[in-house]
Amino acid sequence: MNRRDFVKTGAALLLASGAGSFKNVFAQDEPIRIGLMAPLTGVVASGGREIMDGFHLWWKENGSEVAGRKIEIFEEDDASNPDTALQKARRLIQQRKVHMLVGNLLANTGLAVASFVKTTGTPYFIPVIAADDLTQRQRIPNVIRVAGYSASQMPRPLADYALKQNFKTAVTISQDYTFGHEQCGGFCQTFTEGGGKILDQLWHPINTADYSPYLSKIMTIKPDVVYSVQTGADGTRVVQQWSNFGLKGKIPFYVAQNVADQSVIRTMGPEVEGLISPAQFCEGRQDPANKKFVETYEKAFNKFPSLYAFTHYTGAMWITEAIKKVNGNVQDTDAFLKAVREVELVDSPLGKKVTLDAYGNPIYDVYIRKVVKRPDGKYWNEVITTYPSVSQFWKYDPEEYMKQPAYSREFQGYDKTKS
Amino acid sequence: MNIILLNLLNGLTFAALLFIVASGFTLVFGLMRIVNLAHGVLYLLGGYIGYTISVYTSSYLLGLLSGAISIAIVGAILDRGLLEYVKGQELRQVLLTLGAGLVLNDLILVIWGGDTFSIRPPSTLTGVVIWGDFFYPKYRLFVLSIGVIVFISLWFLLNYTKLGALIRAGVDDHEMVDAMGVNIQKVFALTFMLGSSLAGLGGVIGGAFLTLYPTADSEILVFSLATVIIGGRGSLVGAAIGSILVGLLLTYGQIAFPELAYFVVFGPMALILAFRPLGLLGRKA
Amino acid sequence: MRNYLISSILLLIALAAPFTVSSDYQISVMTQIAIFAPLAMALNILVGYAGRTSLCHGAVFGVSSYTVLYLVTVHGVSLPLAILSGILASTILAGVFGLISMRVSGVYFLLLTLALGMIVWGVCLRWTSVTGGENGIRGMIRPETVTDPTVFYYCCLAVAITTGFVIARVVKSPFGASLKGIRESESRMRSLGYNVPLHILIGFMLSGFFSGIGGALHALFNGFVSPTTVALSQSVELLLMVIVGGVGTMLGGAVGAAVIIFLQNYVSLYTERWPMVLGVFFVLTVILAPEGIIGKLRRIGRSSGGAAPTKMSEIA
Repeated sequence: MNRRDFVKTGAALLLASGAGSFKNVFAQDEPIRIGLMAPLTGVVASGGREIMDGFHLWWKENGSEVAGRKIEIFEEDDASNPDTALQKARRLIQQRKVHMLVGNLLANTGLAVASFVKTTGTPYFIPVIAADDLTQRQRIPNVIRVAGYSASQMPRPLADYALKQNFKTAVTISQDYTFGHEQCGGFCQTFTEGGGKILDQLWHPINTADYSPYLSKIMTIKPDVVYSVQTGADGTRVVQQWSNFGLKGKIPFYVAQNVADQSVIRTMGPEVEGLISPAQFCEGRQDPANKKFVETYEKAFNKFPSLYAFTHYTGAMWITEAIKKVNGNVQDTDAFLKAVREVELVDSPLGKKVTLDAYGNPIYDVYIRKVVKRPDGKYWNEVITTYPSVSQFWKYDPEEYMKQPAYSREFQGYDKTKS
Repeated sequence: MNIILLNLLNGLTFAALLFIVASGFTLVFGLMRIVNLAHGVLYLLGGYIGYTISVYTSSYLLGLLSGAISIAIVGAILDRGLLEYVKGQELRQVLLTLGAGLVLNDLILVIWGGDTFSIRPPSTLTGVVIWGDFFYPKYRLFVLSIGVIVFISLWFLLNYTKLGALIRAGVDDHEMVDAMGVNIQKVFALTFMLGSSLAGLGGVIGGAFLTLYPTADSEILVFSLATVIIGGRGSLVGAAIGSILVGLLLTYGQIAFPELAYFVVFGPMALILAFRPLGLLGRKA
Repeated sequence: MRNYLISSILLLIALAAPFTVSSDYQISVMTQIAIFAPLAMALNILVGYAGRTSLCHGAVFGVSSYTVLYLVTVHGVSLPLAILSGILASTILAGVFGLISMRVSGVYFLLLTLALGMIVWGVCLRWTSVTGGENGIRGMIRPETVTDPTVFYYCCLAVAITTGFVIARVVKSPFGASLKGIRESESRMRSLGYNVPLHILIGFMLSGFFSGIGGALHALFNGFVSPTTVALSQSVELLLMVIVGGVGTMLGGAVGAAVIIFLQNYVSLYTERWPMVLGVFFVLTVILAPEGIIGKLRRIGRSSGGAAPTKMSEIA
């Protein structure tokens, strides 16, 4: 090595070390990369499409630049399959170097991705994945449920509402998997604690084509109210067969929000009228922010928004607020996650005021909704009553609450021997 | 409320739908030795087409017809356009139908977008029939009667028409029919179309009470497979017995052992396959 | 000779690959190939050598993943013991399936294995208390020493090479030769005094044993298992790997696995219509290249005297 070369190398080294301290400035110029995952093929493909639509609508309306940095969105299809979801998450994080992940619809895809981001520390926002323990007993600091809800959060106000209607006995009919166990658990615990009785709990496999065996059982039990948790096509079928078997109008039918969601009822007819469900979203709510969102969405896609579109639209809003708070510096994951937790949305389509609890789950006004027929013949949900500031822990102390086991088929929050 | 009668009817009405779909499957399997693993997709495609037509024309009947006819055409394309290349090679045919099924299935997703649809039956078929304190959905009784009508029609076709005689002869002995100078190819083509159209018809009928959604195809496929395997390939009566068995097993299985419901249907199927591969009523070729 | 040449080239590529890729993601794709290649080879014992087209191997290998994850996460069993139990579970399941299906052949074997696979899938989906139902079982059970993606890749590769080598020995053994004999003419073998069902049973169990190894690695790789792993579509993909690579050639399985996994990961960069691409690929292979990629290569260079490739038509 001659002297000149030595100087050259030295200068290069100096420059390189200097560049380190400028790295932050440099990083500010490149776009913020968001990985968006949704099922575009497979069982829940239509919901996945709406996830994409809702998320993109926000950026289309508000510009894809926040705090001076461009937003770049990388879409991936998780194919409704957890193996695929995991592989796509690897691609987004390791190859695309995204700063955060958003999306997924099916619980198993979300759980697969969650256990992966636990090892990478990438912020992961899940507006649809509702598995209780992701923000309770097994919470992961970088997994936050912006604009989403934990499964057992919503049915509690519904059970309270049912008690107020003077219903004394209930039967649940639900898909036999975690989401159903948790939702029914929330309902049963609140219902029994308020003096109600659970006469029976019917569990059926996901994708039950024929509900007749279960419906015939309900006909013989004759409870005051039936609560049903379904996702996907099961929702359509249970509502339709409920009506076919002449149960509609005979026994009040309370359902999880997925069943009364636009994604289900927009392809159906009079059989959906009168379904009662709890949610943080209600497309027929006459609040200015909500009205504006529903109208914009309707104009863009010629249909009312579903929960999937809504939560990803408001999820994008939430993320935007947080990015503003950290001035675009999303590389600092800890500061960014802290900002996300501190966001307070006021007068948004989500309601008067929304905050996150200390466990990464939102505290909402929960609307008890009823499906009604509009003058134009379409069906949508309207608010019948509102429960303000409902947390995932209802009226319990969080730490006390988490001492009870997670809901399962066996543990439903009440003493089965007495009921 | 007579719970036994109720569950019996539930099982039988599901069996009727299963019979409509499986009878098409068994005809093709019996005569042409083709295990059409795209049969379930044809069911679903027929349902979606029937749904679209019935929405646009507000006629359930037109939906039924269009589902059956359009799938007959799709079946003809599948048969002449693809299966022709691998004629006489059973295994390659199966694999080919598997591949074609994947393509068709994704095509359905592209066109209809994966929403759950339910076909609206005419108002005369909605609501319940009431006998004293017992009531039952009219539509399911309609399905039951369609199942019976399809059975009788196929019975007549097979036993009292020339085409039927040829199909029966073909099921029993391929070469002999060929040697007699009959254009067996034409019989094959017609059978494949008939079998496919039954899947399409089933799709429209089933779409009105089981709804149409992605993966509905594989569910109906595996149940039809079970039906045909239990009943015996190429046997109409076998398909009828098989569908009743599967329908009842499934209904009672779901009540008695919900966790093992698949076992209840596929267990007997596996046993029959292992020890009597030709099914209860199948005959050796 | 040609065999050794192709194998050495493939081996070199596999060894050098981590140095040429730019991200952990690409290594994860390579790892998937290293896991699925021996699986496809294991399936090929049945499909290519015994002439029995199985549609239940997703279930056979998935049972090992389930066993490993269940034992480690629920019962705290040590990993090596859990892996051994996983392999054992796959072998036993294959044994049971073999007992049921050893007397059947052709299209009935395919249907029977399809039904058996469906049962496993149904049980995994519905036996929620043990299998976790739809959500499956999760647990990051990979030991500290192999958490690094590159290290884990080489581990999987080492297992793949060992397994591949053993499988290749098996099919070259007298046992393998009699399997081939069964494929060519079952009646002849029977008249020669061979116990055909017993051979099929042993072939099935061997296939299950090697699949169990892949299933255990899969559990370590993904850190979870769900019913999609044992679903029919998984079995179809495995079968497609065998067919694309070349039925009845051991290298074929590896090549097929690489091609399918590579396609799956890269097609999705451009379109979400993967099922359609897969379907078209399947149809074209069955019509145009029934002997698969390796079979086609060999056909071109037949003169070197490698084993004759099997056409799918010959198995039926």
